[in-house]
Amino acid sequence: MKKKMGKFTEDDLKKELETKEYEYGFYTDIESETFPIGLNEGVVRAISKKKEEPEWMTEWRLEAFKHWKEMVEPEWANVHYEKPDFQAISYYSAPSTKPKYDSLDEVDPELLDTFKRLGISLDEQKKLAGVAVDIVMDSVSVATTFKKTLGEKGIIFCPISEAIKEHPELVKKYIGSVVPQRDNFYAALNSAVFSDGSFCYIPKGVRCPMELSTYFRINQAGTGQFERTLVIADEGSYVSYLEGCTAPSRDENQLHAAVVELIALDNAEIKYSTVQNWYPGGKDGKGGVFNFVTKRGICEKNAKISWTQVETGSAVTWKYPSCILKGDNSIGEFYSIAVTNNFQQADTGTKMIHLGKNTRSTIISKGVSAGQSQNSYRGLVKISPNADNARNFSQCDSLLMGNNCGAHTFPYIEAKNKTAQIEHEATTSKIGEDQIFYCNQRGINTEKAIALIVNGFSKEVLNKLPMEFAVEAQKLLEISLEGSVG
Amino acid sequence: MLQIKNLHASVEDKDILKGINLNVNAGEVHAIMGPNGSGKSTLASVISGKEEFEITRGALSFEGEDISEMDPEERAHKGVFLSFQYPVEIPGVSVTNFIKTAINENRKAKGQDDMPAAEMLKLIKEKADLLEIDRKFLSRSLNEGFSGGEKKRNEIFQMAMLEPRLAILDETDSGLDIDALKIVANGVNKLKSNDNAVILITHYQRLLDYIVPDFVHVLMDGKIVKSGTKELAYELEEKGYDWIKEELV
Ligand SMILES: Nc1ncnc2c1ncn2[C@@H]1O[C@H](COP(=O)(O)OP(=O)(O)OP(=O)(O)O)[C@@H](O)[C@H]1O
Ligand SMILES: [Mg+2]
Repeated sequence: MKKKMGKFTEDDLKKELETKEYEYGFYTDIESETFPIGLNEGVVRAISKKKEEPEWMTEWRLEAFKHWKEMVEPEWANVHYEKPDFQAISYYSAPSTKPKYDSLDEVDPELLDTFKRLGISLDEQKKLAGVAVDIVMDSVSVATTFKKTLGEKGIIFCPISEAIKEHPELVKKYIGSVVPQRDNFYAALNSAVFSDGSFCYIPKGVRCPMELSTYFRINQAGTGQFERTLVIADEGSYVSYLEGCTAPSRDENQLHAAVVELIALDNAEIKYSTVQNWYPGGKDGKGGVFNFVTKRGICEKNAKISWTQVETGSAVTWKYPSCILKGDNSIGEFYSIAVTNNFQQADTGTKMIHLGKNTRSTIISKGVSAGQSQNSYRGLVKISPNADNARNFSQCDSLLMGNNCGAHTFPYIEAKNKTAQIEHEATTSKIGEDQIFYCNQRGINTEKAIALIVNGFSKEVLNKLPMEFAVEAQKLLEISLEGSVG
Repeated sequence: MLQIKNLHASVEDKDILKGINLNVNAGEVHAIMGPNGSGKSTLASVISGKEEFEITRGALSFEGEDISEMDPEERAHKGVFLSFQYPVEIPGVSVTNFIKTAINENRKAKGQDDMPAAEMLKLIKEKADLLEIDRKFLSRSLNEGFSGGEKKRNEIFQMAMLEPRLAILDETDSGLDIDALKIVANGVNKLKSNDNAVILITHYQRLLDYIVPDFVHVLMDGKIVKSGTKELAYELEEKGYDWIKEELV
């Protein structure tokens, strides 16, 4: 197993600075430790023990494991892959200690080139590639200022492992409340063995003053393959949360099964943006990450949840960020760009479950397929009998490049209330040679022309991303499609 | 500037250009007229490098350099511009964004840095004013939902922005109303100099009242069968093409 960068807190950083040991890297004192492969009750208990979890958490994990044993892997998605051998995976790996490399010179130049083109700072490049980093005063002070600002507002933002210990009442109340342990095969697996992830709580009436992203980016390495995220926006609060990174993640863990739960209480709003760029596998279709994610949010009265995602990575993606519109007048939104190239397969979409009255949902899905890839949109709009005057608008656009890829749309609609208004639009288009020639004629080369056309196609979704990431995401689309036209 | 010698070109094994000879010097305006399907747009595409057309014989050079194997973007960087007969739509890409990309790609090819934003905006304003284009228009998606005339005017706007050495205007006048035609013609005339050249492909003599050509060529069945001065255009307007065919027999 590849060694990964560990997690570190500001306190660790400070300590390191005080003792002036930072030139040796952050974690020289923690030894890397990896469990033997295989999964059984004992392993689940051991994970929980390693993390010094309270009894209730251990029990919760065990319950999930019991369900998981009874479940089978879903097969309905439009993806084909060799199923992972769940007994051949190691389910615990302590954050590794030593940097993989001493300097950037040792890192794969191709990876560095990509970093450069994405405009990622040198320090961050080092962190992402696993190079020893000097701590500069600057980044420490930024992180501490950041933490202080959040603290003053009563916002809790920490690793979920920490929240389990420090805020058990919140975690206990909400974990599994949106995605129950037995929700699906991968969610059950995640519930049993989740490694770590983030926890975020925004108190009543508080507007989180910053995108929860900078911090996350610094800390995102090392959350492991079974990530668990819980975001709670208390009544009348607002938070914008950004997960992931445009930088390519060369994680050799083949299976990633994350769970994200969002809770938006009355009048609260959560904006959750994702940029996913896991290793997609080689041009020959070998290797690459399997990404099986369960993301769901619940909206109480007048609450709003907005999912925005840019999916460019992974060999196989299986992901449906969803909204349960429980409260009256609540709003769910899903904006997605999924790009597949070479042999990638993506089956992604959303579920909008309308339970409350006057609930509204919007789905904008953009799929770009190139190479031999397969890109499917799968969406469910469900209007329950009590959801008077529910409205949904869905738009699914596919853009194809070349003749060997595929785009598929599977929209499911279940309307059990006559007052529902549901609109669905779908288009499929191809990047035409005429479009490319037109750009060429204006002096724009083919690669740039494709980027321009794809960005235009994805504009409605890119516009929903926080500014700082929209620019990176645009470049990412460009890089993901490189070499897709001969 | 442009030298075409005995140029033959085909698409899908179908011969379309069958021995074109044409010389265009800096400072000149050439008009090409001819019946539908005679190969006018094909000639424009071949000059600008559209891949599906294969040059089977003859020579094509620009500024003394053989460009027959050159990528279309390279030809563009050298100053070849084509105002398309049927401009293409690019959804979600605004006119401004498109032209900005084009300008910067051209600069990059010349080893220059991106044009500073302020300068770009100034240039856009200047050219939009020249062609009486509403600025709101520039934030719309390129050619998407544009009227026929708007598309053509937008082509000339791009030409004005890029300031090419050789501009080929393929039926730019078709679809323009009388006022728009004057505006566009006026724009083209303002941009004309002794350093650049224009090839006008048109069906109508009217355009040539506004942009006066030095030479008029008649293209028929893939060959230039007659060349003359602007008077030839009047003759064609009056008599059509049949008399030329008869002359040829
Ligand atoms: N891609 C293609 N495949 C097959 N035939 C083509 C192709 N492009 C052009 N042609 C044919 O070549 C001939 C010349 O076409 P071209 O567009 O150059 O004519 P034109 O002189 O511009 O006509 P118009 O005045 O109608 O614009 C026509 O017969 C046309 O059908
Ligand atoms: Mg034509």
